[in-house]
Amino acid sequence: MNFNDHYSVLLAVVDPLQYAGPAWSPYLVGALIGVLSMFTFYFSNKPLGASTAYARLAGMLGKLVAPSHTKSLKYFHDNPPKIGWEVMLVGGVVIGALIAAWSGGEITGRLLPAMWQERFGAHSNLLRAIVAFVGGGFMAFGARMAGGCTSGHGISGTLQLAVGSWIAVICIFIGGTIVAMLMFAV
Amino acid sequence: MSITIEESTSTSRHEKSVQVTTVASRSLLLGLVFGAAFGFLLQKGGVAKYHVLIGQLLLADFTVVKVMLSAVVVGMLGIHLLHHFELVELHIKPTRIASNIFGGLLFGAGFALSAYCPGTGAAALGQGNLDSLAMIGGMIAGSFVFAEASGWISHRVDSIGDKGKLTLHDVLPLSRTLVVLGSAALLSLVLIVLELTTVR
Repeated sequence: MNFNDHYSVLLAVVDPLQYAGPAWSPYLVGALIGVLSMFTFYFSNKPLGASTAYARLAGMLGKLVAPSHTKSLKYFHDNPPKIGWEVMLVGGVVIGALIAAWSGGEITGRLLPAMWQERFGAHSNLLRAIVAFVGGGFMAFGARMAGGCTSGHGISGTLQLAVGSWIAVICIFIGGTIVAMLMFAV
Repeated sequence: MSITIEESTSTSRHEKSVQVTTVASRSLLLGLVFGAAFGFLLQKGGVAKYHVLIGQLLLADFTVVKVMLSAVVVGMLGIHLLHHFELVELHIKPTRIASNIFGGLLFGAGFALSAYCPGTGAAALGQGNLDSLAMIGGMIAGSFVFAEASGWISHRVDSIGDKGKLTLHDVLPLSRTLVVLGSAALLSLVLIVLELTTVR
């Protein structure tokens, strides 16, 4: 995975701090997410977690295309695909972020993030789409294998002091840092 | 497409006479409301932004870790307190050492490539980052590929270092209260150090 062979002209390190930071204090936002997780435990008997929703959608699409094959797979047998709390949660995230970005004048409406564009050029739409797709694929496989993602393990699992969640989130940041360094800092 | 509605798991806290469908749609509505709050906070916290997420992985911008650790400290104290008064059930995921490590590393690699994780990617879409659509497509495809391999993985990989629902207070020779308070204090200390030493 070495983009530098193809983009050797753009070897300059891009500084992420030159772009706008968060609108609110990260401590305040984090504390409120902690309170929100108390609400989801109390009112919904569920921990916050995002990755499961995508597996539900995958199973629903699979049932449309190849119903009997999809039902024969262990994961979908154990976790029947349906519109449940998790899918609604992720749908809500899109809406909530839209409201937040709109209220703060931070709607982007663009394909290439500014920092990506500075690194990989203005004509890298296809490369960005492929890399984001492959990244999504790795994350989904990794999250299902590890049992959760940055929210399910990284917040909900670690706050319950689950040993596996701490192992998973530490590995997430190790893997992420290595690949991000290869992409941006080499 | 027929939409199957999930039976609410919180039925026990409600009148049995309440129609199952009402409870199920209430559960779906709560999911949507909690999701909207989560997405609002993620965007305001800056973690729907490409450069903030990549900046964390490049160890230049510590916003992501600050948000996560603050959520963990507050949630850890709050949820263990609620659990102490038997107001909530815990949802501890099993520790399967090989799967946690390999899955975590693979997830991390994908996280760097797309920059958005499953929750922040949905927030990035709401914010208008159109490249998150490719990540969402990849998430759906990758979930199906995992399902194809799920029989083999659960048989061959999940069994390696399978410790069940293991928690830190099971491992340490200390009481749960002490471990919760100690962890919250330690993570708060990490946050203080980050605040003093990082630019953002």
